[in-house]
Amino acid sequence: MNFDKELDAKGLNCPLPILRAKKALADMTSGQVLRIMSTDPGSVKDFAAFAKQTGNELLSTAEKGKEFEFYIKRK
Amino acid sequence: MNMPVDNAALDALIRQRLDEILPQKLEEIRAAKTPSMTIIATKGTLDWAYPPFILGSTAAALGWDVSIFCTFYGLNLLKKDISDLKVSPLGNPGMPMKMPFGPDWFKSLNWNIPNLIQAGIPGFESMATMLMKQTIKNNGVAEIGELRGLCLEAGVEMIGCQMTVDLFGFTHDDFIPEVKEYCGAATFLPMAQQADVSLYM
Repeated sequence: MNFDKELDAKGLNCPLPILRAKKALADMTSGQVLRIMSTDPGSVKDFAAFAKQTGNELLSTAEKGKEFEFYIKRK
Repeated sequence: MNMPVDNAALDALIRQRLDEILPQKLEEIRAAKTPSMTIIATKGTLDWAYPPFILGSTAAALGWDVSIFCTFYGLNLLKKDISDLKVSPLGNPGMPMKMPFGPDWFKSLNWNIPNLIQAGIPGFESMATMLMKQTIKNNGVAEIGELRGLCLEAGVEMIGCQMTVDLFGFTHDDFIPEVKEYCGAATFLPMAQQADVSLYM
């Protein structure tokens, strides 16, 4: 999947991946896609909730071994 | 000339229309409202500094309006330098005492040290704090100063309790300049009343 910006949140724990993602999205324009990599298992549910609450669209969630990959489209 | 009014029929009609319109209207009102949260932070130890700043910064990231009212020992969270916050395992049986280094079997040991011994060893709290900070680092959990910085950056409003500032002999100069205001219970309660979420920590 194409993306406009990438955020490496590996090794970070709650709530840092969400806070960094929020910050990254703030610097982007509407419709752009952010790719996030994380290792926090809690981030799977947290990103879904974050997307639902903020209106940014969670395009996909994937688990790759011990890593998680998210694509979020900015509102 | 007045028409005779059938109140029962009118009421039924209003009720029926309300049932049709109200759910959507309420949903519109709910969606248009910015959620808000107020937190009362009363603890001044390193471990208890986390919950208000984690929930505050996360709520702000979700787009909520957040205020943290710091009172009693919670005032320590507003000090200019919070790198000296400590955690104490003394009289705290819920706190696991595990080592943040060494082989896995060693790290999994829980050091159950009796209160009497903990209380008698000088520097026990400092040592426990050092170990806690290392554990925090090992787990990729934010350092407390960074978390507070993220709160401030995200617009979380910090409020100091004036009564306890006076009680403990602090001055406003002891605290970060970002503190929005110093006030009392009568100012905080109406804020809490309006908030969707209000938590005491």
